[in-house]
Amino acid sequence: MKNIFKTSYLIILLLVGTNQVIAAEKVELLKTDWSFKGLFGKFDRGSLQRGYQVYTEVCASCHSMKYVSYRNLFEPGGPEFSEDQAKAIAANFEVTDGPNSDGEMFTRSAKLSDKFVMPFANVKAAQAANGGAYPPDMSVLAKARSGGVDYIYSVLLGYENPPSGVILDDGVYYNKYMYGNNIKMSEPLSEGLVEYSDGTIASKEQMAKDVTTFLMWTAEPHLEARHKMGFKAILYLIILTILVYFSMKKIWSRIESEV
Amino acid sequence: MSDHEYVPKSKFGKWFNDRLPLLTLASHLTDYPTPKNLNYWWTFGGILSFCLIIQIVTGLTLAMHYIAHADLAFESVEHIMRDVNYGWLIRYVHANGASMFFLAVYIHIFRSLFYGSYKSPREIIWIIGIIIYLLMMAAAFMGYVLPWGQMSFWGATVITNLFSAIPLVGEGIVNWLWGGYSVDNPTLTRFFTLHYLIPFLILGLVVLHIWALHIPGNNNPVGIDVKKPSKDTVPFHPYIVIKDAFALLMFMIVFAFFVFYSPNILGHADNYIEANPMVTPAHIVPEWYLLPFYAILRSVPDKLMGVVAMLSAILILAALPWLDTSKIRSAVFRPLYKQFYWILLADVLILGYVGAMPAEGLYLLIARVATAYYFIHFLMILPILGFKEKTIPLPLSITEPVLGGFPNAAIVKRKESLD
Repeated sequence: MKNIFKTSYLIILLLVGTNQVIAAEKVELLKTDWSFKGLFGKFDRGSLQRGYQVYTEVCASCHSMKYVSYRNLFEPGGPEFSEDQAKAIAANFEVTDGPNSDGEMFTRSAKLSDKFVMPFANVKAAQAANGGAYPPDMSVLAKARSGGVDYIYSVLLGYENPPSGVILDDGVYYNKYMYGNNIKMSEPLSEGLVEYSDGTIASKEQMAKDVTTFLMWTAEPHLEARHKMGFKAILYLIILTILVYFSMKKIWSRIESEV
Repeated sequence: MSDHEYVPKSKFGKWFNDRLPLLTLASHLTDYPTPKNLNYWWTFGGILSFCLIIQIVTGLTLAMHYIAHADLAFESVEHIMRDVNYGWLIRYVHANGASMFFLAVYIHIFRSLFYGSYKSPREIIWIIGIIIYLLMMAAAFMGYVLPWGQMSFWGATVITNLFSAIPLVGEGIVNWLWGGYSVDNPTLTRFFTLHYLIPFLILGLVVLHIWALHIPGNNNPVGIDVKKPSKDTVPFHPYIVIKDAFALLMFMIVFAFFVFYSPNILGHADNYIEANPMVTPAHIVPEWYLLPFYAILRSVPDKLMGVVAMLSAILILAALPWLDTSKIRSAVFRPLYKQFYWILLADVLILGYVGAMPAEGLYLLIARVATAYYFIHFLMILPILGFKEKTIPLPLSITEPVLGGFPNAAIVKRKESLD
């Protein structure tokens, strides 16, 4: 009996071991402290607002975010801009609406209820402007890559000169963390690229962290509500479980048997 | 405790019950004599009923907001996640609920394997169970296609393509399944329809499963027949109800942990990328609960034989009551079977593990050995073991296993307290 356990244990160890060896060939992702991880994880409001700034000033010229609305910017659990700020942000963009009563399409400035305006009309237009590569929509990007936020953070900071012997095509860049190490996006961040209004120094790491936090929020806009509800739900379940346990003991004590 | 002589107290109750004996049924269900030595592995039947109800209720709600169209499905899921009130909660419960459902069903199946619950007179319960399990896999697979992410699309492509292995008519069948020449909108709408239908078929089969169970009554950890009702049994209510409730709550805590704190850990990141027929993901893997069968499929070099092996791996279970020739049910009294039971469990876990890995080199070799062993276990070891094994003497009853002081009483006691 014990031998069997030992053998199966050894087999599992062996498998885990081989996996480790293979995993070791992969590059370890960069780590940073994410405020939204853990049981009580919450977004850092300031980081989300700065992240929005990085997104809108840097990423948004190529990357769309088609599932996020301007109203989300002031809703609880997000960057929590004021409603007026969100309105002002929306007003910077133009959308095509219509047809009006004359049957004509017209442009107007965006409203809170509009989705983020896309930089290109469609995928083909985006590809044409970016050397054939489609800059992926960023709405759920943080959930759409294995490694999640750590991966995105690492790619943003992973630009390097290619190792000797690696020859890159035109318009392709070397990135330590990208799958296959080839990326068609040029390095998006550089020191002091944006000017943060709250006085935070716009280092590359800071911008990468802020924009990644922002991407986590756009991918999981209800993350804070989920964490809050989860804590209450699990606490409730634990208390109820304890109560039911004692009820069970009491009921079963009527018969001479162990539960 | 008897379930046949029930007479309602009120006049109306009697009038109603004479015409439709619902009260007799309720009385039977509450009084149902259950062996009192059932351990916590027996609580997974109730847990599975809970899982089914949760999937149906959350599924109905999701269907009110979901749009089964190739151009809109992905977007409608994002709409549920962002704009529907508590849509994120409903979807995460449904998605993780599928995993929890399979976790529970695997424990339920392996409990049955350990205690020989599939043996006479419970073969029909077991076979209905296998059909339920097959339908669960179909429902889960089609459900995974609905969000129309990359894994949805390519998973659907790989699995439906398996049918092309059938000689002569294979290609035709695949086109018929797709409703076209590739996985596309017609495939999505029919998968949605079937995904909506299957849970109700499962519900019907669950009723039959429980009905068939209530004829011979529960098996138990000792595996001997109980006289019912007697000192060996307790009425289902309140004894088993409260115990099931306690176990269910423990299960729900685990469930809640997944839903609230790692809702995507059991899914695949690629499924948050909208389906794109032009881009194939690097590794196409099914959900974790299908991995052992995926490993069996890939371990056979020939496509047709791979499909046959995979299907046989499931269908062989239906023949289990006759493949296992031993008359002794519980592994507690079968020292050799017990060892092989643990090896089989390890074997299935290994298959699951290599199923998630690329089918090459060492992984492929391990998958082949494990696949071969899986079939050897059912086709050779079990039939032979029934004749060769020297079993431990059975106790006379579950209440008094020590009566007469037979030598292995201590083992039984220890086993029971362990469980």
